Amino acid sequence: MSVVMLSLTGLCALLIISILFFILGYLVWNGGKSLSWDFFTRLPAPVGEAGGGMANAIVGTLKLLLIASLMGIPIGVIGGIYLSEYGGRVFGFIVRYTTDLLNGVPSIVVGIFAYSLIVLHTKHFSTLAGGFALGVMMIPITLRSTEDFLLAVPRTLREGAMALGASKWKTITSVVIPAAYRGILTAVLLALARVSGETAPLLFTAFSNRYWSPGWNQPTASLPVMIYTYAIAPYEDWHRQAWAAGVVLLGLVLAANIIARTVLSRGIAVPR
Amino acid sequence: MEIPANAAATARVKIDMGIPAQNPEPQTPARIQIEGLNFFYGKMQALHNISLVIPANRITALIGPSGCGKSTLIRTINRMHETVRIARAEGTILLDNEDIFRLDVVRLRRRVGMVFQRPNPFPKSIFENVAFGLRVNGFKGSLSEAVERSLRRAALWDEVKDKLHKSAYELSGGQQQRLCIARALAVDPEVLLLDEPCSALDPVTTAKIEELLFNLKEYCTMVIVTHNMQQAARSSDFTAFMLDGRVVEYQPTARLFTNPSDPRTEAYLTGRFG
Amino acid sequence: MATIPIAPDSAGPALASRSLARRLVSGDQVAHLFTLIFAASVILITSLLFYELWINSALSRAKFGWAFFYTQNWDPIFEQFGARPFIYGTLVTSALALLIAVPFGLGAAIFLAELAPAKISDALTFVIELLAAVPSVIYGLLGIFLVVPFVREILGPALKKTFGFTPLFTGPVYGVSYLTAGLVLAIMVAPYIISVSREVLMAVPNDQREAALSLGSTRWEATWKVVVPYARTGILGSIFLALARALGETMAVTMVIGNVPKVDLSLLAPGYTIAAVIANEFSEAAGNLYFSALVELGLVLFLLTFILNGLARLLIYATTQRGAANP
Repeated sequence: MSVVMLSLTGLCALLIISILFFILGYLVWNGGKSLSWDFFTRLPAPVGEAGGGMANAIVGTLKLLLIASLMGIPIGVIGGIYLSEYGGRVFGFIVRYTTDLLNGVPSIVVGIFAYSLIVLHTKHFSTLAGGFALGVMMIPITLRSTEDFLLAVPRTLREGAMALGASKWKTITSVVIPAAYRGILTAVLLALARVSGETAPLLFTAFSNRYWSPGWNQPTASLPVMIYTYAIAPYEDWHRQAWAAGVVLLGLVLAANIIARTVLSRGIAVPR
Repeated sequence: MEIPANAAATARVKIDMGIPAQNPEPQTPARIQIEGLNFFYGKMQALHNISLVIPANRITALIGPSGCGKSTLIRTINRMHETVRIARAEGTILLDNEDIFRLDVVRLRRRVGMVFQRPNPFPKSIFENVAFGLRVNGFKGSLSEAVERSLRRAALWDEVKDKLHKSAYELSGGQQQRLCIARALAVDPEVLLLDEPCSALDPVTTAKIEELLFNLKEYCTMVIVTHNMQQAARSSDFTAFMLDGRVVEYQPTARLFTNPSDPRTEAYLTGRFG
Repeated sequence: MATIPIAPDSAGPALASRSLARRLVSGDQVAHLFTLIFAASVILITSLLFYELWINSALSRAKFGWAFFYTQNWDPIFEQFGARPFIYGTLVTSALALLIAVPFGLGAAIFLAELAPAKISDALTFVIELLAAVPSVIYGLLGIFLVVPFVREILGPALKKTFGFTPLFTGPVYGVSYLTAGLVLAIMVAPYIISVSREVLMAVPNDQREAALSLGSTRWEATWKVVVPYARTGILGSIFLALARALGETMAVTMVIGNVPKVDLSLLAPGYTIAAVIANEFSEAAGNLYFSALVELGLVLFLLTFILNGLARLLIYATTQRGAANP
């Protein structure tokens, strides 16, 4: 009985791990054979024609991430500093709890939020609105991880600086943050990785575009949305491109995750 | 070959270094015989060639400075060391002349119970705590009678009989430790191992537990690890003094405390180290 | 004598202003306030999010009231909006996902926390956490081209053949279905269950395991009867987190569920979920009432996940703290 049940648990782990490898393998195999230089440099071909690429979607994703970072990183990092260094019992708890709840809001709902806050008023689908939605999603991940990494800085380090007469703020900027900077970078990178694959909040904020996006207040293509539209389209060639886009996106996300978790945060636990 | 039940107790087993297995009182039948036990954590050797005979229905205390290996030794007797991945024991331990390393580990632990340093009741009711061992052992019979018997033996019955279905965490620290003893007694172990059972308790509670142990001699053999020399002196029949993973001296308690034969024992007892 | 009271008088304000100046320069108060504003903006954003959902759904809430939740008719042309098919689809797919993911996830978590050597456990956990990072649109892509054909060709017909006598597995098998969405969701939420459950299992104090083993439990009994019950609140928390995630998942579900606004008892039939209908119809919602009804769906989703996450977080806080204090 004991042995049977224990081996069953091992089987569960094995099954789940093998699903991952199967997924990765299938994606890389399918995507790899559809990848070409054109994919990175050319615009999508007109509907019905084969070939073309997703250059505009790659740039669009980068632009969206830039706006998201401008919003998510300051609020996340500085909010995290507040929680770990100043946060009072009650207010600290409220901020922490709200952050966790915001983290759990479905991404499609964040899309509705960005739509009604920006698109409804500017009357435009835009890069800005899409970036805002992604920014909102970045905040909780960055904030809570930053807090955890800062809290992991030993108290003795803080006390050492304070004992030399440094003010609290001076201690934070000159001792605590430098000690935790790799952790903070990890937090930021993980947040970027997470939102870079988000599709739902972009559907009706950044929308999509088959050409280069003419400006920040105009709709733009992005990799995840392209995967979606190409995957559900009835054309064989589009499916091929969806796989290629999938492998590029997955490569980006996994690379960011692996770098964050192994290179940057070596020796420190990555919080969730 | 059949070995008579108490033959080994009187036989002085020779081991590789020529040191006889130490038995402080050859006339008492042996319950456990440890012969040439070496113990390793990875490459670090924690016990060196331990040989001890533990007499039945007596209390044997293991004393010594921290890190001397007394906890390691006691945890080897019910093979609890196997939960540590890098730990490895070599040598023989006989329980009623059976090699414990050849017994099924689960059966062995049913026969050799253990009480830990800090009270560790399960987050269940008082009743369920005591009944746990019975349930996993497929006990057939009246659970409530068995639970009551164990709680009585652990001198806890009168204090908890009206709240058997309350959480064990509502009890005080001393009551929790007696509950853990009751839990261990419920499966009728032949041997009860106690790993510093009073280190987290106050003196009054400690006295209660010592008294309880004295009364339990009727039912089982006990081995107690303690860093408290007074406790060893008060409650045990035999005492082994350990140092750096070796047994320095093993005597009836009264003799060890009044007239130690090894200068290191004397140094420890008079507080010159540890 | 007259000079004496002057000294403190002249020194007082000078000292006070200097210390104020120093405080400003060293910036402690300012820094506190500055970081506080950023932290508070999280609360502002969350409240604003709720406010927007509430205001923009006002029209629909006023028109349909509670009927919105149980009427079945979703008709943009005649402006009749009832959310029952979506709510049903969301609940069914999430329940299916949990039904599949919880046993496997918990099993894997037990293996990683209790059995696997630390190094292997850490390596596998790393891989499983990567699995959680894979974007949902990629799961959708794999869902369309792997899971849908699998259900259509193999699983669906097999289930129909064996369990066809129950209403759960009847009707034509299209491949896109509640079941397909449930399968894809299960793969997506399993990593959450595993990584959180593993953590709470590892937080169970070792003396609990030892106590159980010393009473003659087998390794499995010690795990199943002592360690798992000890960690049950945290495990429940992880399941709630997974459920919240399944309820709100959009892309992967939209791509495999078939998007048919009907309530169908058969798990092999295509259906629709709240998130999927928002994704499909939001950008083309002409008319204020249509728009408002979709926002109300968003509000429902928001509240559902809000409550679930709230509970989950409290449960997980509670266990990790108990684990640390060990009463």
